[in-house]
Parts: sequence; C-alpha cells; structure tokens
Amino acid sequence: MAARTTTAPGAPTTRLGKAGFEIDDRLIVAGPLRRTLNKVFPDHWSFLLGEIALYAFVILLLSGTYLTFFFDASMVEVEYAGEYDPLRGTQMSAAYASALDLSFDVRGGLFMRQLHHWAALLFVAAIVVHLLRIFFTGAFRRPRETNWLIGVVMLVLSLLMGLTGYTMPDDLLSGTGLRIISAIILSIPVIGTWAHFAVFNGDFVGTEIIGRFYIAHVLILPAILLGLIAVHLLILVKQKHTQFPGPGRTEHNVVGNRLFPAFAGKATGLLLIVFGVCAALGGLVQINPVWLWGPYNPAQVSAASQPDWYILFLDGSTRIFPAWDINLPGNYTIPALFWPTVVVAGAMFTILALYPWIERKLTGDTAAHHLLQRPRDVPVRTSLGVMALTFYVVLAISGSNDVIADKFTISLNAMTWVGRIGVIILPPIAYVLTYRICLGLQQHDREVLEHGIETGVIRRLPNGEFIEVHQPLGPVDEHGHGQLAYGGAPVPKRMNHVGGARRAIRGFFTPIEQPSAVELEQQGEGRGLAAGEASRELTGSGRPSDGGRPSDGGRPQDARD
Amino acid sequence: MKTHDTRPGSTGGEDIPGPLHGGPDEDHTPEQLATMSREELDLLGARYDGVEVLHVDPGPEPGSVLEKRAVRQVGLVWGLAGLSAFLFLVVYVGSGWFLPEWHWAREGTTWSALFTPLLGLFMGLAFTLAGVGLVIYTKKLLPHETAVQDKHDGSHFDRVTTGATLTGGYHNSGLARRKLLTRSLGFMGAAVGLMVLSPLGGLIKNPNTGNVLGRTSWAEGVRLVRDDGSPIRPGDQEPGSLETVFPAVPGGNVQSDAATMLIRLRPEQTAADRPREGQADFGYGDYVAYSKICTHAGCPVSLYEQETSRILCPCHQSQFDVTQGAKPVFGPATRSLPQLPITVDDEGYFVARSDYPEAVGPTYWNRERI
Repeated sequence: MAARTTTAPGAPTTRLGKAGFEIDDRLIVAGPLRRTLNKVFPDHWSFLLGEIALYAFVILLLSGTYLTFFFDASMVEVEYAGEYDPLRGTQMSAAYASALDLSFDVRGGLFMRQLHHWAALLFVAAIVVHLLRIFFTGAFRRPRETNWLIGVVMLVLSLLMGLTGYTMPDDLLSGTGLRIISAIILSIPVIGTWAHFAVFNGDFVGTEIIGRFYIAHVLILPAILLGLIAVHLLILVKQKHTQFPGPGRTEHNVVGNRLFPAFAGKATGLLLIVFGVCAALGGLVQINPVWLWGPYNPAQVSAASQPDWYILFLDGSTRIFPAWDINLPGNYTIPALFWPTVVVAGAMFTILALYPWIERKLTGDTAAHHLLQRPRDVPVRTSLGVMALTFYVVLAISGSNDVIADKFTISLNAMTWVGRIGVIILPPIAYVLTYRICLGLQQHDREVLEHGIETGVIRRLPNGEFIEVHQPLGPVDEHGHGQLAYGGAPVPKRMNHVGGARRAIRGFFTPIEQPSAVELEQQGEGRGLAAGEASRELTGSGRPSDGGRPSDGGRPQDARD
Repeated sequence: MKTHDTRPGSTGGEDIPGPLHGGPDEDHTPEQLATMSREELDLLGARYDGVEVLHVDPGPEPGSVLEKRAVRQVGLVWGLAGLSAFLFLVVYVGSGWFLPEWHWAREGTTWSALFTPLLGLFMGLAFTLAGVGLVIYTKKLLPHETAVQDKHDGSHFDRVTTGATLTGGYHNSGLARRKLLTRSLGFMGAAVGLMVLSPLGGLIKNPNTGNVLGRTSWAEGVRLVRDDGSPIRPGDQEPGSLETVFPAVPGGNVQSDAATMLIRLRPEQTAADRPREGQADFGYGDYVAYSKICTHAGCPVSLYEQETSRILCPCHQSQFDVTQGAKPVFGPATRSLPQLPITVDDEGYFVARSDYPEAVGPTYWNRERI
C-alpha cells in the first residue's frame, strides 16, 4: 500500500477497504475480529472429535426442525389412511401415523428422518470418543474441570435427547422402550409411583407422554444443550487449547495454525464431510423402519427389542442383574430393577463427572496443566479408564446377548452368566493388563532414548562378535548411551521416523518431479541415509564404543514430518 | 475532519479524547502504518494478539506442475460436488414429473425403492466432495505456517482490582451490617423461588388414590376374548398352546395391564402342575391364565416354549415356569406372573372369576401394601 492518499494517510483506497472502514466505524469489530482470526489452534486430529459432535448437533437442529413441520406429537387414536397400504385402516396414535406420513407421504421425509437418526447416533458417539480423548490425555485437569463437568452433563442430556427422540414415533419398538422407562421410574424407592404419575400423568401409558417427551425433545433439552455448548466453547476459547508436548511447546503457549485461513479451511472441510457422511447414511442405510414394527400395543413385542446403542449398556445391566428384590419391614420393596438402571447409571455418571476431583485428591496434583499426557505415562489413570470401558463394553454386549445367543447358537442363559461373571472379573483383568502394557511402552521409550533405534543392520566385529547397529537419537556419552531425557512426546522408533528413507517421489501414475532433484534436495536438508552416505567415512566402526552409529546421515529430524 | 453538525451541544466546549483513549494507535501512527506492507501489518497485528509466526512453508510455486495439479484436483472435486448437488435436485424435483413416481407402492417400483438411497447418495457425495476439495485446497495450495500463541495466565492485577470493585460495592451496600435486610432478602428469595416453582405442582397426582396401579379391567364374569373380540371355549385350543386374551370391555385389547395369556397345558404338564399356594383352583381343567405383563419391567412376555413349560420375556430374558405358578426360574424377574382365576359361564365361554389378586406389572415401593 503505497501512500497515494491525499486525505488521511492509510485511509482505504479500494471499495472493499472503504466498506470495511464504514462497518468498523459503526460496530468496532476490527480488534475482536483480528484476535479471533489470529487465534492459534493445535494441529492434531484428536482435537477434531469434539467438533464432529458440534457439527452433528447442527445437523440435528436443522433436520429436527424440518421434522417438526410434519410430526404430530399426539396420542389420539386415528385410523391410518396414508400411502403405506399394509397398515392402511389400522388404528394407531396420531404420532405414529404422522411418522408414517413423514416416511411415505412427504417428499424426502424418510431421508430426513433417517438423516436425523443417524446424526443422533453420530452425535452421541462423537461425544463419547471426545470424552475418551480428554480423559486419557489428562485434558480435564486444572483449569479445565468446569468444562469436563459441562461435557458430562451434555453427554447425559444427549442420552435423554436420544431416549425421548426414539420414543416419539410411538411404534411397537419405542413403546416397548417406553414401557421399560415407565418400570424404571416406578422402581425408585419411596417416590417411584409419585414420579411416574407426575411424568405420565397417571398409570402407563396414558395420553400425555408423547406430547411431554416432544416438548422436552424439541425445546427444553436442546435449549439447555445449546446454552451449555456456548459456555463450553467460551471457556475453551478463554482457556485456549491444550496441546501434546513437543518441540517448542510449553505450558504457556499454543503451537499450531492460526484460525484464518488454515484452520478455518480444515474445520469447514470437516463440517462438510460430517454433513456428507450423515446424508449418505441417512439415504443409503435404513434405520428404524417404524412401518415394519407396527403401532404400539401393550400385548405385543418383537424379539430382539433393543434400544439405540448408547442405551444398550443399561439394557445389558438390567439383563444380567440378579433377581434381588429387597423386602423391607412394613411390606415395602426396593425392586431389583432399581439397581441396574437408576443406581448403575447414576453411579457411572457421578463418578465420571467427579473424576477430575477424585484424581486430584488421589495424586495431590493441584497444578494447572496445559500440556497433555500420553496415556502410557499415567498408567493408573489409563488402566482405570480401560477398566471402566471394559465394564461398559461387557454391559453393552449383554444388552444384545439374545442376538449373540441366536446368531452363534449359544444358550441364552449361558450368555447371561457370561455377562454376570464377565462384568465382575474382566475389568480388573483389563486394569492389570493395561498397567503392564503402559509400563512396557514406557520402558521401550526409555530404551530407545538410551540405546537408539534398532536399524536392523548387523555388523560383525573383528573378534567375530555380531552386533546390531543402533541409531542414537541425540548426543551420546562415552558408553554410547543417549543423553536425551524423555519429554512426554512420542519417541521415534523406526529409522523412517527420523528420515531414514528418502521421501517418496510425488505423483500417482507418473512422477511429477525429478528423482535426482529430490535426492539433491534431501542432501541439502541433510536428511535420509543417502545424504549421510556422501559424507561418511568408511572406518569399519559401528561398535558400541563409538555409539554404534552407522553414520551421521540419519540425524534425528522432526519426528512429525 | 469536516462536519456539518450544527446542533446545540455539538460545538460547545472542547471535545478531545481523554488520556486513556489510545491503545496501539498511540504506538503506531497512520503514517507509520501506511508505509508497512500487508505482510508486515499481518504480523504486527498477530504480535499484538500474542501470536508469533515461526515458520511459513509457502504453498506451491505459482505456475509449477505441483500447483497446476493441485488446482486441477480441487477444481475437479468441487465440480463433482456441484454435479452431485444438481443430481440431488433432479431426483428430488423430477420424481413424479419426468422421472417415475417416488411414492411407495405394494408392487414397489424400482424407482420408489431407489428414491431415498439416491437422495442420500447425491447429498452425501455433494457435501463430502465439497469438504474433501476444501481439505485438499488447504493442504496443497495454502501456505503452511507454524504459529505460537502466548497463553496468558490470569492477571493478578485484574483479580485485585476487580475484587476491590466488587467488595467495594458490597461494603457500600452495608448488607454485612444491616442484618434485617439480609434476612428479609433471604426470606423473600426463598418465597419467590417457591412461588415460581409451585405451578409445577400441577404435574403431581396421587398414585394411591383408587389403587390405579393395582387394578385391571378384569372382574367377575368378564369374558376372555381374543384381540378381535371373539370369546373362547374350552377345547378351542390345542394342548400345549398359548393364546393372548383380553377382557371383554371396550378398549380391553389396548389396555396396558390387561393382556393375559391363556395356556392349555399338556397332560404331562397338568400332572406336574404345582400352582402357587391358595391358587390351586385358579385354573379351569387343563387351562391356566397368567398376566402377560412381565413382573420385571412390564414388557409382554411372549415366547412360550412348551417343551420346557417356560415363558421367556424378550426384553430382559426372564423365564417363568407355567407348571410352577409362573415362578421366575431365570433372569432378573423376582415375582411370579399373577394368575387370573378363570371359569366358564353359562354359555360355555371362559370368564374371569375376579380381578388379579395382586398388582400386575413391575414391582414398586408399596406394591405389597395396596
């Protein structure tokens, strides 16, 4: 921008520039906008998991709004008169009839319904995987406990969203699910029947519940979720991202890409891909074909009645819990159903929500942390996490034990016992195994730092002894032992990780660059074995006493490229 | 700057910004900024935001083979995305117009079976390709920079000064001294809070009024009818079979707690039958009737395996033995299925002798008491 202005120096000369100044005169957004555009995001794929959940939520809002144009959350009995003639003339609730209309009479309605359902499954899945990433890398530690808590609350809300959502079509499957929800509410000691009558406005099933679930599903829960998402993101922006340890990364900085344009490009790309995957699933992969289940009838049920995957663990715990009613004096009963549902779910989410404080109590670590931990470096936490996951997976498998029993011709009762025994003995086994694996991985990191990378090159010494040549990662002492300390970052384990191989020539069918040029470029960068060959003195070395170094050529490079 | 503003007040007195007005504009005059290049301005602004750009890997050389190839790739992918979106429109709009009808039909046309999958395919492709194109663009054509941003810890200055402002306000309010105010404020807050919440009381209903949970439509003389309303005589069923029956009252076949299983035992089952205490006469001949609603979570127990005399609930796999008064023999259920006392009326059809003697369906806190 040369000074061509006659009025004020630096005043914009282009149209766009003038428009920008006009806007900023009124809104004063240039400062905040620049700060936003300059915000640095760490460049690691695992930071995108939460974004997938966010984008799935956007899809859910959009497709869900579309569905409300057609869905009628009413339990009034109607006679179906739509396009689908196997059910024409059947008595059913208006909710189910409108779900059928959505599938058969609204152009593209079935696509939207399935898109909504798939996005919901993806939403919960992305939340869970995001949560696992946060857990296993220790990103929940101070100062991020609040965001962890908000995250767990959002997970619970998303489960409730799913539950209310798949109940609304009022088909046979969802009605069976609703029946179980009703029984679970009834099973709560002391207030169970009162709570049930408050929720259902009387005995099961009544005429209110679909309407109440509807307003919870389209207004109350999404509003709370939306608010929590906003707070979650605000806190994230305020606290800035965590990052994995690595060159130049400290507790006081964030290394990565600025929001604009690199990160914005990638994030928008991911948004579009999430949209695309959900749309493809919604059209190509059938989900919850409600017209096959038929309207809800309390006297009917189909085999293999199962909830969506995220509720499966509760179904599993209910299936394997023993028949233990507790009869109290005065003819009061705590139903067996109470424990595997209310208590197990309550305990699981409470422990999950409180985990940051539990860990702080146990370790006494109250410091603020912005650098993440590798799971192997925190074996106790990692093992606890795997233990909890094992518990969860055994329950989820038990939630479909009838299908497994059927497909693999196993006795159903045997599957129940597998679940009962497995849920008790497998988690501790998982703990011990994970702990050993973590220690083994830690030791291997230290070994490579001390002795170098195994090159696979065997040398014969003059005395006839064979040794394997190791490539040290940095300076070595007089015994050939590496002096680098472990820094919490991945240690290169193969020669290729440190630039041992020449990089591939670009081009898919035909090379689009000269091999010799690549060779030269690599020598210039001092990388790769080829580069080393040029300057190597043939000394017949390779003994441990001189570090067992084959050459200088394979100097450790930045392990990221 | 020239202004045409002559309204009163706009010219009175000198109007200049105070000493705290400046910010970075103090450090950099418009003249200085005008001499800087775009790149320098970018980096300068970034520095004000605590960002240092360490290293920039420029994108491919303009006009190079690499660049041309990447541009071709992105262009192709975006072109295909646009094409897919267009095809989506064609399928969506054209079905039933110049393409076959999309509506479902019993003699399902190929097109109606393809309609939804094609919508998904094309929209999925359109979005995915748009995203893939953008990712290729970012990776292959944009410069890659490595930037470091300073993470500011909380500022001690901010904490102390904000704290002073807050405690100053609290101090000036005098609430610490004026106990009457804090107490009345607390009382008022609690009362107003309860007042706002109290309309939720409209949700509350007494579950114990009239024992809604413990009763069904079954009563003395109510016929056992099938789903279609037809009554049942002894002899209508084969031994070893099960039929779901409902009370012959309006809407009886959709009531949530009335569904009952009428089972005709085989001779060897009848011989082995050990009904619950006090319910030995509840059956009629080789017929017994049990509630179909599982005592565990309320699903209809549906799968009857007559070889083992077991009824299985498909929801949580509780198993009940019909020759032992429908006692639970496996799984999470704790109580037997309630038995309906039955007999035959003057016309020879099955009728109930009374309602179930206990509450049907899942267990709850005070089930034994009402």
